[in-house]
Amino acid sequence: MSLQVTDLMVYYRTLAGDVKALDGATFSIADKEIMGLAGESGCGKSTLGNSLIRLDGRMKYIGGKVNLDGAELPIWDNAGMNEFRFREVSVIPQYAMSAMNPTRKIGKMIAELVESRGTQFSEIKDELEKRIDHVGLTQDVVNRYPIELSGGMKQRMVMVISTLFDPSLLIADEITSALDVSTQRAVAETLVSFRDHGYVKSMMVITHDVSILYQIADSILIMYAGKLAEKASTKTIIDQPRHPYTQMLVSSLPEVGVRYADKKLTGIPGSPPSLLVPPTGCRFRARCPLAFAKCVEEPPFVEIEKDHSVACWKVTGPNA
Amino acid sequence: MLSLNRISKTYKTGTFGGKDLVAVRDVSFDINPGEVISLIGESGSGKTTVGKMVLKLIDITKGSITLDGVDVAHKQGAELKTYYRHVQGVFQDPFSSYNPIFKADRVFSLIRSEFFADMPRAEWDAKVDGVLRSVTLEPNQVLNKYPHQLSGGQLQRLLVARALLLDLKILIADEIISMLDASTRIDVLNLLADLKSRGLGILFITHDLSLGNYISEKTVILRRGSVVEMGATDKVFGNPTHPYTRMLISSVPQLHKKWAQIEQELPAPIAGRGGCLFHEAYPLAGRTPDRPIDEPTLARVEDDHYVGCFELDSEKASQVA
Repeated sequence: MSLQVTDLMVYYRTLAGDVKALDGATFSIADKEIMGLAGESGCGKSTLGNSLIRLDGRMKYIGGKVNLDGAELPIWDNAGMNEFRFREVSVIPQYAMSAMNPTRKIGKMIAELVESRGTQFSEIKDELEKRIDHVGLTQDVVNRYPIELSGGMKQRMVMVISTLFDPSLLIADEITSALDVSTQRAVAETLVSFRDHGYVKSMMVITHDVSILYQIADSILIMYAGKLAEKASTKTIIDQPRHPYTQMLVSSLPEVGVRYADKKLTGIPGSPPSLLVPPTGCRFRARCPLAFAKCVEEPPFVEIEKDHSVACWKVTGPNA
Repeated sequence: MLSLNRISKTYKTGTFGGKDLVAVRDVSFDINPGEVISLIGESGSGKTTVGKMVLKLIDITKGSITLDGVDVAHKQGAELKTYYRHVQGVFQDPFSSYNPIFKADRVFSLIRSEFFADMPRAEWDAKVDGVLRSVTLEPNQVLNKYPHQLSGGQLQRLLVARALLLDLKILIADEIISMLDASTRIDVLNLLADLKSRGLGILFITHDLSLGNYISEKTVILRRGSVVEMGATDKVFGNPTHPYTRMLISSVPQLHKKWAQIEQELPAPIAGRGGCLFHEAYPLAGRTPDRPIDEPTLARVEDDHYVGCFELDSEKASQVA
C-alpha cells in the first residue's frame, strides 16, 4: 500500500466563513498505480492534490491522516513536510509552463534546487542526462533559459525535474489541459513511461478531462462538491459506473464518432452546491434523478465490490 | 451566406514592424444558413484570427469576405451597424466578457439603445423574454443579476441570447464552451445545434476535435494559418487524408478506445505519401513542389472533401481553382 488517505478534511478560510472544499476523503493508491482524479471545477480535486504536498496560507487542515509507505505525512506542518517534499512526494504543477525560474539557465536552476535538498549536482548529473534523453529533449537544454523552450518542451523539462529523486508519489495537476492535442498525448504517454521505468512509484493525475484518464489511468476517483463519489478501475468507471453523477458525467462527454444528428447527448441540469454552506445529506441530491427520501442522510463511501467504492444510497452490492 | 474568399492576414512584428508574421494564409470557405462549420486548429493556427476578421475586429490583409454577395471590407458607420445586425460573436471566457460592476443583463440594454431605441418598453421586454427562453434560460433566474451570481454556462447562453436579439444570420462562436464544465458544456453545444436548425449559420471555432465532430456539417482544419483539409465532417473524420489531420485524430483522447487502437483503425489514406509544403518533416525538403506557392493549395480528393498536400497522387486529386 503506497498512499493511504483517511478522512482528510481541508477547508479554505474566507471572510464569509470556511469553504468546505475537501470534506472527508478516504482512499488509497497502490504501488505502481496511476490514479486519475476527476470532477468539475470547484469539486475539491486540486485541493486534495495540493494538500498532499503543501497547504497554502488560505488552506486550513481540519482533520484526517495521510500515510505514505508506512510513514505518516505531517501535512499540517509546513516545515515538517520539507523532509518529504520532492524526495517522497513531488508535484508537476498546473502551470508547468511558468514553473521554472526565468532568470536562470535550466541546468543552473536544477543544480541550485538539488543542492538545496543536500545533494550534489554531480551525483544526479548522469541520471538527469538519461532522463532528458528519455523525454526526447536534447542535452543542450540545460544551457538554455526557459523562455527558449516551447510550452511542450518546458512541460517535459518540469516533469524530469519533478521526478529527479524518484518520488514515491507524484501529483500531476491538470498538466495536459493547456496543451495542444498532439503534445497532450506525448505528455500523457511520458507520464506512463515514468511509472514503467520506476521513476515514480505511484501517481495521482488530476484533470477535468475524463477521456485523458481513460487513456493512461489504472483507476479513477470521481469527486463531487468536496466529497468522493466513486472510485473504481478505469474500465468500470467508463463502462459500468454506478453513481448517478458518474453515469451522467460519462454519458455527457462527446467523442469523435458521436454526432448531434445521430445521438443527442444531454448534460446534467442544475449546478453544484455552494461549499460555504453545503447541503446536508447527499450533495448531488438536488441534481439527481434518482433522489429519494433517504438522500437527506449522507451516504457512506462504501466498497460495493472489490476495488469499487460508491457513495450512493441507491447503489448496493455484496459488501454494502 | 457568408463567403471567405482567399483571405490572408499578416501581422507586423519585431522592432519597427520589420518582420511579417503570416497568421492566416489563403483561407476560403462558405457558411450557409442552417449550417455549422467547425474551424479546428491547435494554438497558433490562426483560427481566432479568422473569426476576428469575419467580425471586422481586425483588417484583412488580402482577399475578401462577402455577406450575401456584398463585400464587407469597407463598411463603415450605418452600413457597419447593419452588418453587425447580421453577424455577431461570442468568445471564450464568459467571466471577462462582462463588466463585473454592472448587472449581466446590461448587455441587453446596450443592444436596445444601439439598435432598438424606439421600441416600446413592453415590446422589448417580451422580446428579451422570448430569446431567453429560446436559449433555455429562465428569465427570472438570470435578469437583474451580477455576472458573479451566474454560472459560466448561464453567462455564455446570455451572450448567445444577446446576439439573437438582432436579426442574426451568422454567429461566430470562438471556443465558447472550452471554459465550461463537462456537465454543462453539452447543453450549450446542443443550443447551438438547435439554433442551426432554425436557419442560423454558425462558425464554431475550437481546438477540440470531438466537439467539432459532434456538432458540425463541415470541418475546416487549419495549421499555421493554412487550410490542410476541409469538407463534410463525416468525410474529414471518416477518411482523414492529410498527415496532419491523421495525427490530430489519432491523438484525441477517446473514451472507449485507447490511442494505440485508434491508430490501427484509421483507414489508409486515399492517396498521398508525404507531408505538405508547411509540414515540419517535409519528406522532399529542398525539392520544389510541383505547383507554385501562390496557387490554390487545396486539391479535391472526393466530393466535398479537399486536402492541401502537394504530394497527393495527381490522378486522384484534381485541382480546384
